[in-house]
Amino acid sequence: MAETLFDKVWNKHVVKNISDDYVLLYIDRHLIHEVTSPQAFEGLRLAQRTVRKPELTFATMDHNVPTDERNVIRDPISKIQIDTLEKNCQDFGITLYDLNSEQQGIVHIIGPELGITLPGLTIVCGDSHTSTHGAFGSLAFGIGTSEVEHVLATQTLPQQKSKTFRVEFTGHLKPKTTSKDMILKLIGTIGTAGGTGYVLEYCGETVSALSMEARMTICNMSIEAGARAGMIAPDEATFDYIACSDRPFAPNGEALDQAIEYWKTLPSDEDAEFDQTITIDASELVPQITWGTNPGMVTDVTGQVPDPSSVPGYSRTDIEKALDYMGLTPGTPITDIKVDTVFIGSCTNGRIEDLRQAANFMKGRAIAPHVNVLVVPGSQHVRKQAEEEGLDKIFKEAGAEWRFAGCSMCLGMNPDQLQPGQRSASTSNRNFEGRQGKGGRTHLVSPEMAVAAAVEGHFVDIRNWT
Amino acid sequence: MDIDIIEAFNIHKGLIATLDRANVDTDQIIPKQFLKSIKKTGFGQGLFFDWRYGLDGKPDPSFELNHEKFKGASVLIVRNNFGCGSSREHAVWAVQQDGYKVVIAPWVERNGTRIPGFADIFQNNAAKNGLLTIELSESEVGEIFQHIERSEGLEITVNLETQSLLVHTNPEISFHFDIDPSVKEHLIRGLDQIALAFEHENAIRDFEFSHNVQISIQQS
Repeated sequence: MAETLFDKVWNKHVVKNISDDYVLLYIDRHLIHEVTSPQAFEGLRLAQRTVRKPELTFATMDHNVPTDERNVIRDPISKIQIDTLEKNCQDFGITLYDLNSEQQGIVHIIGPELGITLPGLTIVCGDSHTSTHGAFGSLAFGIGTSEVEHVLATQTLPQQKSKTFRVEFTGHLKPKTTSKDMILKLIGTIGTAGGTGYVLEYCGETVSALSMEARMTICNMSIEAGARAGMIAPDEATFDYIACSDRPFAPNGEALDQAIEYWKTLPSDEDAEFDQTITIDASELVPQITWGTNPGMVTDVTGQVPDPSSVPGYSRTDIEKALDYMGLTPGTPITDIKVDTVFIGSCTNGRIEDLRQAANFMKGRAIAPHVNVLVVPGSQHVRKQAEEEGLDKIFKEAGAEWRFAGCSMCLGMNPDQLQPGQRSASTSNRNFEGRQGKGGRTHLVSPEMAVAAAVEGHFVDIRNWT
Repeated sequence: MDIDIIEAFNIHKGLIATLDRANVDTDQIIPKQFLKSIKKTGFGQGLFFDWRYGLDGKPDPSFELNHEKFKGASVLIVRNNFGCGSSREHAVWAVQQDGYKVVIAPWVERNGTRIPGFADIFQNNAAKNGLLTIELSESEVGEIFQHIERSEGLEITVNLETQSLLVHTNPEISFHFDIDPSVKEHLIRGLDQIALAFEHENAIRDFEFSHNVQISIQQS
């Protein structure tokens, strides 16, 4: 029977059928961080259990960490959480990339960098943006803390098979439109719950033409459409990414050749059937920007703040509440919205390619006087690479702050937060109320759009921006 | 080996409260500042914190769950896609630790597709902790909302065994709900899932023997 990419990875990992609907699924890679793991380790200790395969679990510190300096954690509660992760990793023999490590960074950035993320694997993490790793053709999804404990103890998870949703993008992207615009467009089209219960598979000529970094941006935001996982079939771009540079946990030499032969069997069979499909014409796509309080409340940069009664899929009250929170008036052109803060970073857009594109737009320009700009590399490796390429100088000369790696203002668990009423252009993934700080207002955009907003002090249609 | 890990659920009777919003994300359920704890307790006070309290730190009287008639509620009824966003299990702990045993949300139909009442990860986390999530149709949830609006405090009885809800209006009205049989069994028996997985130890070991985790190739 014809199989999808998802079917193939799934079938390879079924340990046993445990009921009519559930299987015990084997987990190849487990990523952990300081926020969602402490209670899992506490649970192990209380039940006198141990970690079954410590060599398959990798830890880093990202959510809580300061990005202005490395070694002083001023918040004592954050410090306890970070110290707890360190102790747990020591006690259970888990590899940890701590704040002194050159490999520290956002868990979803360092997984691919280190070769931990590979095609055909099952990967989990107590973080919903684990879907990022699906860009390699792995089945990767976010889990809760009880499941973190379950994976630590058993290296398996009881799972119900998801339905499949094929998302095809056709045509070539126009200049200055990006994979961020593709995923925002999809979420705007199917809604923030349109993918619930499905694994998305992104395909089509637009997707094939994207770099691995750009593919990760798409898979990263699958969860914002409700899908726990998003996948892209591995191809030459995937193999080149894995083979080209220093990825200590990736196979090399003969093992890599052998692996590639296997990975080439993973793409969905041509006649494979999906439970649902959608096709989006990427050649018509214009830069996207969110105006509301979830990632599905999104429009073209050429658009306007909508009328509360005219948004499909939402009640009038929902839109009124969102616009009230955002401090926006229906009918306002998007390009009239002013920002005071710009955040470039996160597991969505904190990779080297994102910083290169942002720097390319920033070069020779100055940030508007009333705007604060934070550039936060996704990992210390990205930071180092950017500095070698002189990108940090471009940002600093334009007036931006150049930081150390971490989740930073994407969720503001560390001191990088919006103040009440402040408005940001953000390359992150969630514009929920208070996400970047209580009372803060977030507009999600691509790195290129964020830079233009930083320079002009308001949103601009970057296609006409010179 | 059966280890009771969560409080077993059978019948629950309690006051029902409304939160008339769709797409309530886990950042609202438990804001970030409460995620720094390394414990599983103490999250109740953080539930809907940014909605419950204004910027001045005082309770916001316009927020529904601050209304006197919902004081002591143990069943929460909301709109579709509850618990979307972050995977934080702290959201479920917060709902439970503020006194709720059951959350009810509607599935809705949009453009011919069924949109669930709950986000995937939240629903999963709820089941692991013994918080019962119930999906009803949009019209059934709408009806319950109307009754609550007209009352000064309405009670509801949830029977998991018979998969029924009884709303104590006059006359009483009842609803049937569907639930994943595995989740139902788990909630009723309150079993430790890790202990259950250990029962398959031989199968896991056999699987590991032939499964190459490095590149996921089955060795011949």
